[in-house]
Amino acid sequence: MSLTTRRSRMAAATLAAITAVGGLAACGKDDDKPAAGEKPAKLVVDTFSEFGYDELVKQYEQQTGIKIELRKTAQLGEYRPKLVRYLATGKGAADVTALEEGILNEFKANPGNWVDLAPLIPDHSKEYLPWKWELGKTPDGKLLGLPTDVGSLAVCYRKDLFEAAGLPTERDQVAALWPDWNAYHQTGQKYKQATGKAFVDSITAVSNGVLFQHGGDLFYDKENNIIADSSPGVKNAWDTATSMVDISAKAQTWSPEWNGGFKQGTFATTFCPSWMLGIVQDNSGAENKGKWDVAAVPGGGGNWGGSWLAVPEQSKYPEEAAKLAEFLTNATSQVEAFKLKGPLPTNLEALKNEAFLSYTNEYFSNAPTGKIFGESVAKIEPVHLGPKHQAVKENAYEPAMRAFEGGQASKEKAWEQFVKDAATQGAF
Amino acid sequence: MSLSATTAPPSPAPPPPDTAPRRRGSLLNRFDLKYSPYLYIAPFFLIFGVFQLYPMARTAWMSLHDWDMIGEHTFIGLDNYTALLSDDYFWNALVNTFGIFLLSTIPQLLLALFLANLLNRTMLRAKTFFRMAIFVPNVVSVAAVAIVFGMLFQRDFGLFNWLLSTVGVDPIDWRNQTWSSWTAIATMVNWRWTGYNTLILLAGMQAIPKDLYEAAEIDGASQWRQFWQITLPMLRPTFIFVVILSTIGGMQLFTEPLLFGNGSVIGGNQREFQTLAMYMFEKGIYNLSTAGYGAAVAWAIFMIIVLVSLINFLLVRRSAK
Repeated sequence: MSLTTRRSRMAAATLAAITAVGGLAACGKDDDKPAAGEKPAKLVVDTFSEFGYDELVKQYEQQTGIKIELRKTAQLGEYRPKLVRYLATGKGAADVTALEEGILNEFKANPGNWVDLAPLIPDHSKEYLPWKWELGKTPDGKLLGLPTDVGSLAVCYRKDLFEAAGLPTERDQVAALWPDWNAYHQTGQKYKQATGKAFVDSITAVSNGVLFQHGGDLFYDKENNIIADSSPGVKNAWDTATSMVDISAKAQTWSPEWNGGFKQGTFATTFCPSWMLGIVQDNSGAENKGKWDVAAVPGGGGNWGGSWLAVPEQSKYPEEAAKLAEFLTNATSQVEAFKLKGPLPTNLEALKNEAFLSYTNEYFSNAPTGKIFGESVAKIEPVHLGPKHQAVKENAYEPAMRAFEGGQASKEKAWEQFVKDAATQGAF
Repeated sequence: MSLSATTAPPSPAPPPPDTAPRRRGSLLNRFDLKYSPYLYIAPFFLIFGVFQLYPMARTAWMSLHDWDMIGEHTFIGLDNYTALLSDDYFWNALVNTFGIFLLSTIPQLLLALFLANLLNRTMLRAKTFFRMAIFVPNVVSVAAVAIVFGMLFQRDFGLFNWLLSTVGVDPIDWRNQTWSSWTAIATMVNWRWTGYNTLILLAGMQAIPKDLYEAAEIDGASQWRQFWQITLPMLRPTFIFVVILSTIGGMQLFTEPLLFGNGSVIGGNQREFQTLAMYMFEKGIYNLSTAGYGAAVAWAIFMIIVLVSLINFLLVRRSAK
């Protein structure tokens, strides 16, 4: 045997070994699903932001003897890429996965990744807000997610700062200050004159309020074509928000400036979907307890956010996972979660529940948040969010708006930037 | 053995069982000599194959497709690469990456050289302590560094703006301009990597024969002159190594700018500090349906690194002659 052939043989063997191992790594998806009815030792739940499930999963563990691992991710922006990785590699996804409204449609586009929940649990379609239930279904009628919470809208405001500015502090009187966005702007200007400080955290926060009051199409039309530059809902939100740059603290939501702003009182109001209450509370800290209060939003109800619980196709225990999702979204659980961290129920029975309606939030000056948010739910007009809504909003719409807010671009240039970027984010 | 002793007749010829084991032993021996080195190095190549070669090949394959992360894949040839050439945001990311790279690498290497030279002084006390201490920043997790610096560079309550305000400078919105965001990110990189490079350069300095310095001392050369005429020329190979390492790191810069921009993949309202790696992430992972394009960006980064390293290499060869 000559030296060269021996060498090439060795190389071939090594290559074969590499490809064998590489092949193994590639087909990592294991199909050893357990027999139907077999009880899992553990189920994993993935949520972002705050779902208020800490107590509920403990209850479920006691009831069923199944261990529940609750994995929390702070921000949707971090949560989504992780979820994408799990789906793309076929590994790692939780048995019960929370899906936010903004990203739901994107996942609906590939329904094969998700279990159809309808055959696994009894029919609950009549028990939830009808439009919320419908949004959890794919176009071909598969039940992808069970409704958890709905955004709804309110204004969180600092009583102590209002008082210092000579504004009323009682929540009904405060709500009466701003029947519409224009009045809100004027109140903000009064506040600024009196104190020299900013009134609202950022114009993108204002924009969220206005955007989600507009029922119907935003960045996409019903056929899911991108209409970012011509949508009246978007234009209205853009114009309203950009006009308020004079009263803005320019603190980008989720930024360090924003987090610190709650403690330091750099702004006196922010927009609070129900789920935001827990975040305002955590950011403001115990020392600001009783300084915040909740009032109605200018221009009536709206819906910012809200989620569903889905079961990924890769879950080994789809039936048990569906049951857990069913438990976490039932009427009692939704009331419990609301009391703990504020996500607003979507279950009709929960919305009528006495414990929910009479709930007052101690941190927010005992505001009757159950009543405030419960009433606003009825006024919600469902918004149509397209497949890349979240990407268009986060990577095109809001950066452009902030570029204007920060003085980097004129209003016209910022709008051009938005239209250009919306087109690439929305590309299929 | 006892069995054979009682039954086997005495034989004049050398017993056959003797040769068999010997031959077997030599076979094993020969196998051991020839092939076990391959076994010893196999783990590296296996791991390299699984975690480097295979992903690279797959990325190349993906880059030739219109690839939806969780859906369909269609073969489109080199379309992703041609699209890349006319993509403003790709060029923007390239400029940002090089800008931050230069802002971090040049001061960093100069500082590292200076520190290494100090640490190399023979009369320095508690040498080990200082050498360990200078490495500490590199051990801290990059996310922690980015978060802490993100707070220092905060607009409203940040330490740097507070320091500036004490000398009457208006607060700077660090994330809002190109120059300020580049500076902030380069500061993080410098803080983290200066000590690391110092240690490598120090190791290189220690390898320089001491008698060269002694001879120079006798000839009356100053410390400065010794540094220029002995340390620097003898250090060249180490220095090149450090430059190439920094190049690779600089081209792949990701976590610092990402966290500096509060986790946004576009890096600033107008992409002021979006690096190539962030652009790859935006197209490849954030945007589910453009994974193939993201893969093309990944290969572009690879080719840029190769190109820059090659330039470095040629420069060295030339200056070595």
